[in-house]
Amino acid sequence: MTTHPSRLQRYLPMVALAVIILLTGAALRVEAPPSRLSDFGFFAGPPAEQRAAPGTIPYRLNTPLFSDNAVKLRFLRLPVGAAVAYNDSSVFDFPVGTALVKTFAFPHDARHPEKGRRLIETRILLREADGWKALPYVWDEAQSDAFLDVAGDLREVSYTDELGRRRKHAYQIPNLNQCKGCHNRAEQMTPIGPSSRQLSGPLTTTSGQSQLEDWARAGILTGLPNRDHLPAALVWNDPTTGPLEQRARLWLDINCAHCHQPQGPASTSGLFLGMAETDPLHLGIGKTPVASGRGSGSLRHDIVPGDPSASILLHRMASTDPGVMMPELGRTQPDPQALALIREWIAEMKPLR
Amino acid sequence: MVMNRWALSCIILLATQAVAQPDFRRQLQTKLILATDGDTIRIPEGQYTIDATLSMEGKNGIVLSGSGMDKTILQFQGQQTGAEGIRITNGRQITIQDLTVRNAKGDAIKTMNLQDVHFLRVRTDWSGKPSPKNGAYGLYPVNCKGVRIEGCEARGASDAGIYVGQSRDIVVSHCRAFENVAGIEIENSVNAIVHHNEAFRNTGGILVFDLPDLPVKKGGQCRVYENRIYDNNLANFAPKGNIVGTVPQGTGILLLAANHVDVSGNEIRDNRTLGVCIASYYITEKRIRDSIYYPYPTAINIHDNTFSRQRVRATRRGRMGLLFRFKLRFGRKVPDILYDGILDKTITGSDGRYLPEHRICIRNNRNARLASLDAGNDFRSITTDPSLFDCSLEIHTATPTGHQP
Repeated sequence: MTTHPSRLQRYLPMVALAVIILLTGAALRVEAPPSRLSDFGFFAGPPAEQRAAPGTIPYRLNTPLFSDNAVKLRFLRLPVGAAVAYNDSSVFDFPVGTALVKTFAFPHDARHPEKGRRLIETRILLREADGWKALPYVWDEAQSDAFLDVAGDLREVSYTDELGRRRKHAYQIPNLNQCKGCHNRAEQMTPIGPSSRQLSGPLTTTSGQSQLEDWARAGILTGLPNRDHLPAALVWNDPTTGPLEQRARLWLDINCAHCHQPQGPASTSGLFLGMAETDPLHLGIGKTPVASGRGSGSLRHDIVPGDPSASILLHRMASTDPGVMMPELGRTQPDPQALALIREWIAEMKPLR
Repeated sequence: MVMNRWALSCIILLATQAVAQPDFRRQLQTKLILATDGDTIRIPEGQYTIDATLSMEGKNGIVLSGSGMDKTILQFQGQQTGAEGIRITNGRQITIQDLTVRNAKGDAIKTMNLQDVHFLRVRTDWSGKPSPKNGAYGLYPVNCKGVRIEGCEARGASDAGIYVGQSRDIVVSHCRAFENVAGIEIENSVNAIVHHNEAFRNTGGILVFDLPDLPVKKGGQCRVYENRIYDNNLANFAPKGNIVGTVPQGTGILLLAANHVDVSGNEIRDNRTLGVCIASYYITEKRIRDSIYYPYPTAINIHDNTFSRQRVRATRRGRMGLLFRFKLRFGRKVPDILYDGILDKTITGSDGRYLPEHRICIRNNRNARLASLDAGNDFRSITTDPSLFDCSLEIHTATPTGHQP
């Protein structure tokens, strides 16, 4: 049997098509996210120990988002040999292939971390060619691994908090869509935390040196200005790190401004709480609520300078009613320390004429 | 294709399984997440208790369909998280149809940043007596382009039953809105047509508002025609601080700082305080800090409506109640059309009236008495002379092309 060359030519397009389909299929399979967190290889040893594998870099934010007292363990992994450019105003523009990893955990006793903890979920942001993608992984009861779960869930958590009180409450694991409820700028998925003002502090309280300098030395950060030009490492609840107003604004920036900014999901409210906002009205000072419904709590303005109790902002921060509370997601408990900070900030404002 | 088949098997699995309710929520939520463009997601007949917001994000051409507003009921009583019952954001050609969302903790259905969203035979309600504890909005498209709300029903919202905010190209038709603070509200929106609806037993029937402090500053080009607007005499139960909290009990139609609005062919009956009210933002007595905001109603055309009211006094509640009792003293002969008469002096002619293209025109209404209040001058020269408003304007709206499900 010999194959007639013209027959081969006739079938060639179909063969090529079949190959393309197979390749595309393979590519789709590769793109499907791993079902287990451990498949990524971020961690060395048992994943629950959260020990960074080589190439995974733990990091910390100066002033993080409050998430019902959850402790957050953050990691960064850049593609091999890649670096990110420094900028002084917004979240760093990480290269394609970057992963940002955040594990939410509850220590059994916040005063004694050595007594162990329970991991609840690990959220991953992946920088792909067409933008960031979020993947939520939920830890199993045995703490053996975390598994991809797009639907979100409510879990009961119990622990002893920093003041020694026994706490027990529902903890909300957001669904995949809700990731973008916060990680959203002009309808593009974006990270929130890793900016120079959030990374300018040390990784641990004992290490002393700025994480940015660590990164620059490791060759993964370019364009770092000298130390005098780095933003202050403002820690919202540490008055030694900066003035009240700055700390309050940074707290609002990280806890509210992911939505409350002109390109965020709360753009229609006209309340913009980003660090860079300079218009007092957009900041909420003397601003009337618009579509807040019962969220207003029968109060008339978002912020009444000198009068925290008359300020809707504080009312909604204090609430735990899903129809009233702010942020809308990721919190079921009030944060008394943050309430005290914002109360003090508003109380010290000069009353409007 | 693979994804479609997968989603389909998911749907079949769901439809054939009797599931516990949190599982129902998780499965429906999973479907909303995994839906591929063009999918129809069906929710079978039944009453489902749901404890968290259902959300959909970044999808195109999706139909979310129940089996009828009396048959598929999503009950959010006891909702633990999320500020809405259903939240749909960032997409094109989304249809929600034939279902009820009940007792959501916050807003019932919020859609944001959508192009072409269609609400068809959807009901949003809160059970029991109207209460300030109810959610703010029933049907709540905001920042959308191409909004059709048809054959829907909204009850019990502590702000507005049907609320379209900061959107454009809007049709609200053949809906029923009752026992809300505001029945239907069009706010800071452009090119809206509101027709053949029934708004009754609300505090205010149909509102067209332009408000300050918002990113979308200017609404306009709105036509409100052939609606039945009656018995909107419910005591205002909005939480204080909200703008609708200032809507007087007994309001039929309220045009607040709205521009280019045509109101025609409506039946406006037994709204005890205001049949149609045309007011500047100053009437709210709220300070304006927004420097770009335009607080005056201009280019308003009110014609061919039918008014009737029983001989009852206006409300005695609120600031408006005080105004009626102590300043206006209309007694039981309350005018049907009320204009606050606060003028933008930059667009008046030498006769002190607005230049023709900015006028408030009121003509050819049945059984209508009007009053202009001169509210800017402490009500010194209240006038009831219809000839001052006898004019006509062309208000243009374009019918949105929108998709059809």
